[in-house]
Amino acid sequence: MSALIGHSPTLLNPLALPMAARGDFWGGVWEKFGLLIIGVAAFAAVIGLLLFLVDRAPKRGRDILQLIVFLAPAVILLAVGLVYPAIRTGYLAFTNRQGDFIGIDNFVWMFTQPEILITLGNTLIWVALVPTLSTAIGLAYAVFIDKSKGEKVLKSLVFMPMAISFVGAGIIWRFVYEYRAVGFDQIGILNQIIIWFGGEPQQFLINSPWNTFFLIIVMVWIQTGFAMVLLSAAIKGVPAEIIEASRLDGANAWQQFVNVTIPGIRSTLVVVVTTISIATLKVFDIVRTMTGGNFDTSVIANEMYTQAFNRGEFGQGAALALVLFLMVLPIVIYNVRVMRKQREIR
Amino acid sequence: MSEANAEAVAELDRPIGQKARRPKGAGGQANRVKQRLTSRGATIAAIVIAAVWTIPTFGLLVSSFRPADDIAKTGWWTIFTNPAFTLENYGDVLFTSGASSTNLGAYFVNSLVIAIPATLFPIAIATMAAYAFAWIKFRGSGAIFVLIFALQIVPLQMALIPLLQIFAQVLGISGTFPAVWIAHTIFGLPLCIFLLHNFIAEIPAEVIEAAKVDGASNTQVFLRIILPLATPAIASIAIFQFLWVWNDLLVALVFSGGTVDVAPLTQRLAELVGNFGRNQERLPAAAFISLIIPLIVFFSLQRYFVRGLLAGSTKG
Repeated sequence: MSALIGHSPTLLNPLALPMAARGDFWGGVWEKFGLLIIGVAAFAAVIGLLLFLVDRAPKRGRDILQLIVFLAPAVILLAVGLVYPAIRTGYLAFTNRQGDFIGIDNFVWMFTQPEILITLGNTLIWVALVPTLSTAIGLAYAVFIDKSKGEKVLKSLVFMPMAISFVGAGIIWRFVYEYRAVGFDQIGILNQIIIWFGGEPQQFLINSPWNTFFLIIVMVWIQTGFAMVLLSAAIKGVPAEIIEASRLDGANAWQQFVNVTIPGIRSTLVVVVTTISIATLKVFDIVRTMTGGNFDTSVIANEMYTQAFNRGEFGQGAALALVLFLMVLPIVIYNVRVMRKQREIR
Repeated sequence: MSEANAEAVAELDRPIGQKARRPKGAGGQANRVKQRLTSRGATIAAIVIAAVWTIPTFGLLVSSFRPADDIAKTGWWTIFTNPAFTLENYGDVLFTSGASSTNLGAYFVNSLVIAIPATLFPIAIATMAAYAFAWIKFRGSGAIFVLIFALQIVPLQMALIPLLQIFAQVLGISGTFPAVWIAHTIFGLPLCIFLLHNFIAEIPAEVIEAAKVDGASNTQVFLRIILPLATPAIASIAIFQFLWVWNDLLVALVFSGGTVDVAPLTQRLAELVGNFGRNQERLPAAAFISLIIPLIVFFSLQRYFVRGLLAGSTKG
């Protein structure tokens, strides 16, 4: 990798892209694609050369050299880029913006500041609602369309939001929620529907505390497809003989669903709920794009960014990141334990 | 060799955890049983869900082709009574240059220049590491692998501040393409290694042992056996990594410096939406320019996409 980074300042010059800065569009494009090609070629050359050299190494000690070549890039990158930074963030959480050690002051600040308390509360609302709603709707939809005509197309429609960015989804829903005062034409479909039914237009993203709920809908909209695809695959994996047997025993559709299908897909349900929970705890882009965390809608991940990178309060940002980590931890531990049990049963 | 080869490919071609398909007869019975569940109420509910999930995106797509004045004044549904289409919005957001213009053409290029290496690098490094964990025996192999698995749970947020400090103060590359590439490579590695390990470990041992008996070194085994057999798995995971990088906002905000020289589409869109009132005529077209690549990838490679998803969540 060191070839890419460059050790001397002269090597850094191509990275500065002076053409693009002058607004010369095509000049900038060629320079950027040039950099792309140089970067990929340099990477391929380094990896290729390493593999070639280690293959030619003297027999004695070749095994250990090969092991190092295969493992070192990943291990070094992770150690420097993830393990060390995570440990350092843990330490930064106990420092102030000058970097002095201040004990638990950042956590005292967090739990006494009204805005931050709202942020923590919002995060809990998110993690309670998003996994529940996404999984419930996804499961219902998967059951409803199972074996129906056009199942593939119907699946694609609900699954499609998974492919697009949170920012894109944020813009899509900004337009759905858009508000115009009474007397003007509405441009947001939701307010238009309210008016068709004789209601008053609402400022969905501004009126607290309901605005958090309207942001949550966006996340549910994205995650439902994920739940649906996984649960649909699991439902198809439930043995037909068991379903047939329960039918012969006189179970109706609902009883079959509760007594046969649900137990049959339990492990997938756990995976879906925990995965969505973790994604929800880390949600950042939706809040950033739709309200910027204003109007009492902030969540931990957004607040962490605001404190650390907008206000330069690295200590407080790190403390929020640490709280996020502590919230994710029990979910992951639970997930791993369920997986272990499953393996033992198998 | 060739028989085992084909078997291994078939094995990899299936999402992990999913058993071979049941015989036809049993499927037919299941069909009959499940149809009873699909009552009229359920059909209506499914249609309502499908409509609610589609209409917001459809509305934005319609808006993006409406004349700029109409977008801010009337709803997109009025197009059915008062049709008016134009491509001007796309031309405007992509190619108009100037201080206040959106400049999305340049940001689109940035997104590509970020996403391609940020997909290739972690996949290459992760495939090598996954091979080492699966097929080279060494002390501490299990412990290191578990540690890497555990790294998946460290939220990105935990690494941002110190990594930015390293880039800015030690390497001096903050706000350049290589900084964004390296950051994405690091953050993508744990999941890529874990998933690829699941696939590569399932390759039959006889295939690899036979090659080693013939005197093949690890490099040769890796290049001639592992890579060809793991290609479907690598493709699925590469699609995921690509979409993840293309759609990312947080890493871009922290490491790209936020200028037109390096920052990706998502960063520019977030900026535009920050001043919604002033930019609402441009936003529909702008949003679709950023959505077009993920949607093409999604609809043309949905099979791989779903496979990658199933592999990622059933966790071998």
